[in-house]
Amino acid sequence: MAALIEIEGLTKRFGAFTAVEGVGFSVARGEVVGFLGPNGAGKSTTMRMLAGFMLPSAGTARICGEDVVERPVAAKRHLGFLPEGAPSYPEMEVEDFLAFCARVRGCGREAVARAMALTQLEAVRRQPIETLSKGYKRRVGLAQALLHDPPVLVLDEPTDGLDPNQKHEVRGLIRAMAPEKAIVISTHILEEVAAVCTRAIVIARGRILADDTPAGLVRDGRSLEEVFRALTLPAEAA
Amino acid sequence: MRGLLAVARREFAAYFATPVAAVFLVIFLVLAGALTFTVGGFFARGQADLIPFFNLVPWLFLFLVPALTMRLWAEERRLGTIELLLTLPLSPWQAVLGKFLAAWAFCAVALLLTFPLVLTVNFLGSPDNGAILAGYVGCLLVAGAYLALGAALSASTRNQVIAFVLAVAACFLFAAAGSPVVSEFLSARLPALAETARALSVAERFAGFARGVIAAKDVVFFASFIGFWLFVNAAVLDHRKAD
Ligand SMILES: Nc1ncnc2c1ncn2[C@@H]1O[C@H](COP(=O)(O)OP(=O)(O)OP(=O)(O)O)[C@@H](O)[C@H]1O
Ligand SMILES: [Mg+2]
Repeated sequence: MAALIEIEGLTKRFGAFTAVEGVGFSVARGEVVGFLGPNGAGKSTTMRMLAGFMLPSAGTARICGEDVVERPVAAKRHLGFLPEGAPSYPEMEVEDFLAFCARVRGCGREAVARAMALTQLEAVRRQPIETLSKGYKRRVGLAQALLHDPPVLVLDEPTDGLDPNQKHEVRGLIRAMAPEKAIVISTHILEEVAAVCTRAIVIARGRILADDTPAGLVRDGRSLEEVFRALTLPAEAA
Repeated sequence: MRGLLAVARREFAAYFATPVAAVFLVIFLVLAGALTFTVGGFFARGQADLIPFFNLVPWLFLFLVPALTMRLWAEERRLGTIELLLTLPLSPWQAVLGKFLAAWAFCAVALLLTFPLVLTVNFLGSPDNGAILAGYVGCLLVAGAYLALGAALSASTRNQVIAFVLAVAACFLFAAAGSPVVSEFLSARLPALAETARALSVAERFAGFARGVIAAKDVVFFASFIGFWLFVNAAVLDHRKAD
């Protein structure tokens, strides 16, 4: 079966600066890909192009076979995307915000209730988003990405700002959804990779440095952190 | 269609979730009321019509409509919610039209709330209510024209102050293009341009409506003006979503 996410030669230039260069990988159903790399490596930029927010300077990306540039609306229907920083409309109440996203996507009230249950938001459903703590805001963003039970999930730092219990919950949620979906998460927490990912892609300065299973990366007995440093420090220095 | 209506509904509710709606409506109504009776010389004219009010509205909208449009896209950019909105399965024109319709409906609410003026003239005399209706249609079209223009400018920046200033300047340009000062200046030097300027002038086109005449060519003008700027808005949005 064809992979749900197919990326080929994806490149993004901002003026003379190349943020992402020739990135290519594909993700099949059942895979959870951890996207790792130092700050400014190009993780968010790659995810934004995949989500159809930024236009690639070169290369293609397809979600469930739909090209994100040629057929953006069709591609976005299959995608749940959590943007970096989980932006949402501050003056809206949690439930109204999710209801808005559900209405655009054409799913009903029960989808909102289900997403709130998955991310444990029921207690704050009538609270304006601007009055929520950072972790709850992140959960609202996550709930929005899960609303329509999409086959493809792209989550930019989904566990950033969550307390240890919530991190555990979200990792459990991702593991539980994994068999049905193709999931890409970016993270700076290396244990997370071992805990939820079936595959890790390390990127620095816009290029892929490694694409392997977490076990494969630590094959030679080093810790994941050592491997990460060994891979990315020379690239950063270059 | 579904997406368009969802966006319009959210935007419309957002006006009332923030103090924007209250401030806008109060200022608009106070200024419209006060200026109609003072500067407009509502009583002094001794005529039962709303022409003093209609003559004011394009100038009030000149400042108030940019205050509505400045946040439309600039705020989405600053909050980062544009990333959320544009990764929902919406085409750019659905998002653009949804926001525009919400803002337009809001202006319609503001205009509807001036109904005491209509009651007053009907109480004092027997005005031509058909002409008054034409005047209101004209006001709504002027609001639409300014909204479309302001929204397109808001899409091009993340700074609301810049969006506001640009929109006021641009609206002023299209309002004043047909004024006697500009016309005389241009016809003395560039006669060809004088005609174009008058033809593109929102205030000039509105004058007919204020007198109670709905001319097809004026309606077509407003429709194409709005359509053109909405198209620019969608194009700007699609081209520089992220930067
Ligand atoms: N709109 C933009 N204009 C110019 N440069 C940009 C823009 N967006 C991103 N960049 C640059 O592209 C590079 C990659 O940024 P990106 O946000 O993808 O990094 P990241 O891997 O997500 O980092 P982090 O771990 O800090 O989130 C950075 O050097 C950033 O400054
Ligand atoms: Mg990032």
